[in-house]
Amino acid sequence: MNPHAPIIQMKNIEKHFGSVIALAGVSLEVFPGECHCLLGDNGAGKSTFIKTMSGVHKPTKGEILFEGKPLHFDRPRDAINAGIATVYQDLAMIPLMSVSRNFFMGNEPLRKVGPLKFFDHEHANSVTMEEMRRMGINLRGPDQAVGTLSGGERQTVAIARAVHFGAKVLILDEPTSALGVRQTANVLSTIDKVRKQGIAVVFITHNVRHAMAVADRFTVLNRGKTLGTAQRGQITPEELQDLMAGGQELVELEGSLGGTV
Amino acid sequence: MSHAHTQLPDDERIKSRSRLREALIRPELGGIVGTIVVFALFAVFAFDSGMFKSQGIMNWSQVSAQFMIIAVGACLLMIAGEFDLSVGSMIGFSGMMIAMFSVTLGWPVWLAILVTFVLALAIGALNGFIVVRTGLPSFIVTLASLFILRGFTIYFPQTIERKTIIGGVSEVAQGDWLAAVFGGKILTGLFTWLGNAGLIATFDRGLRKGQPVVDGVPMLIVWALVLVVIGHIVLTRTRFGNWIFASGGDAQAARYAGVPVNRVKISMFMFTAFCATVFATCQVMEFGSAGADRGLLKEFEAIIAVVIGGALLTGGYGSVIGAALGALIFGVVQQGLFFAGVESSLFRVFLGVILLCAVILNTYVRRLITGER
Repeated sequence: MNPHAPIIQMKNIEKHFGSVIALAGVSLEVFPGECHCLLGDNGAGKSTFIKTMSGVHKPTKGEILFEGKPLHFDRPRDAINAGIATVYQDLAMIPLMSVSRNFFMGNEPLRKVGPLKFFDHEHANSVTMEEMRRMGINLRGPDQAVGTLSGGERQTVAIARAVHFGAKVLILDEPTSALGVRQTANVLSTIDKVRKQGIAVVFITHNVRHAMAVADRFTVLNRGKTLGTAQRGQITPEELQDLMAGGQELVELEGSLGGTV
Repeated sequence: MSHAHTQLPDDERIKSRSRLREALIRPELGGIVGTIVVFALFAVFAFDSGMFKSQGIMNWSQVSAQFMIIAVGACLLMIAGEFDLSVGSMIGFSGMMIAMFSVTLGWPVWLAILVTFVLALAIGALNGFIVVRTGLPSFIVTLASLFILRGFTIYFPQTIERKTIIGGVSEVAQGDWLAAVFGGKILTGLFTWLGNAGLIATFDRGLRKGQPVVDGVPMLIVWALVLVVIGHIVLTRTRFGNWIFASGGDAQAARYAGVPVNRVKISMFMFTAFCATVFATCQVMEFGSAGADRGLLKEFEAIIAVVIGGALLTGGYGSVIGAALGALIFGVVQQGLFFAGVESSLFRVFLGVILLCAVILNTYVRRLITGER
């Protein structure tokens, strides 16, 4: 599965907010074409970690190597330009705007008319329709508002957008946490398609079943630290669940709930 | 990832829509319907009053053009997710600055106008900077500017000239090239020809006997039309327009996508200040004076026009054409009631009813388009 060198390496990342240590030395490497699942309970530091990866936060300590070279991001734009795209759970799309305007938000295609530059709606519309068809989304038209799409479709549009604009690393922040069963399945199959194109996917979730469905490797975060990385097939869902929750307590809780968690 | 399944079966849950319905379902629908209703009403009740003769048309066109100029600025700013309550005070302030620079300080009028524009843009930028830096609602920040600017507009002429109206601008503006850009008229030849041909009313006695009553299109109207066209093109046909929608729709999502939200918002505050100053300059050139109470309540009139035009108060959605129609409705109703001989206090009643109906219709249309619940 990992014939190449890692595309991105996070080495001993620490992030302090004032006196709060959000990340206390997290390391992670992701290879092209793998889906690396980052698991952790609420407050484990998942969000802080991916924000560091996507240029929103600067690490207090530690090193980021992208394609083997050290990288420093000052703004999210730097990370996007380098090929690291992030799809946030509920901030992926703007519901009031059309699918095509959303798709090209921040990357508007331009058409020159004399000295003036205009938004090339024709190009934007045809590309959007084509990309949506590939992802299996039926649009009434490219000017249909994103607000009329379901949550799963919005995530899919955001993923298609990131891939279209040349993402090499795609970070998905809990893309399935607010979705129904069918929509979750759609998003997971989209992740699978993206991975097969050779893009490295970092999939953040706290749902072990979703993780098991697509991930090649799993890294568990707890209280700002890495609890280790496991290959697919080397770990059971139960073990992952225990690691996320920090072990013993959940076992007791689970016992009292009849093993349903 | 192949092109194999480009033909997807139609989703049975998406109802097909007729062409007519597609054409009607647009943000400007409220403004279009309102305009038709208003013109129809006045055509029935005030047709013989002179409202649709050259002088009458010029009368309501000029009032509507004033509203349009400030509505374009307010519209783009509102779509970008912010308000400017200091528009009215900015009109008073800019007008007063032009009069004081040119009359009191004796600067050439073109210099007075240019310096005033620079000053206004700087104040707009400051409004925007404070809003994006502090994260406070623009409602509060520009409410402060409303008082501060109005205060200075009264203070400067009071302390320096001991009066609140500065006159004599017409005299110093004679022959000034930039003053003519705001106070002049175009197409005067066409109107003289129309008058001679008997197509429009002419004076039948006095010094100007034989000349048309309406002798040209004031630059005020030209400015309004130019600003509407530019505003519409920028919003719908440029990259910056997409950024305006994105900044107002969801600033954080836009930032994550690489849109320079702060820059967009600050430049929209500057544009609003620019529009207010265009309004003020045209007004000062027309009246030949500046008064400390000019522009009072204009911010609300601009916002009303924008909302009639289909914009969403919380940002991210709207139309410059709609705002222009809102301004037209506003101007036609205000002047039309006068022509129809209706008690002028009923203007507010009429306006309130139109505002309410337009907003209800707009909300319905917007839900159809955006899928809001």
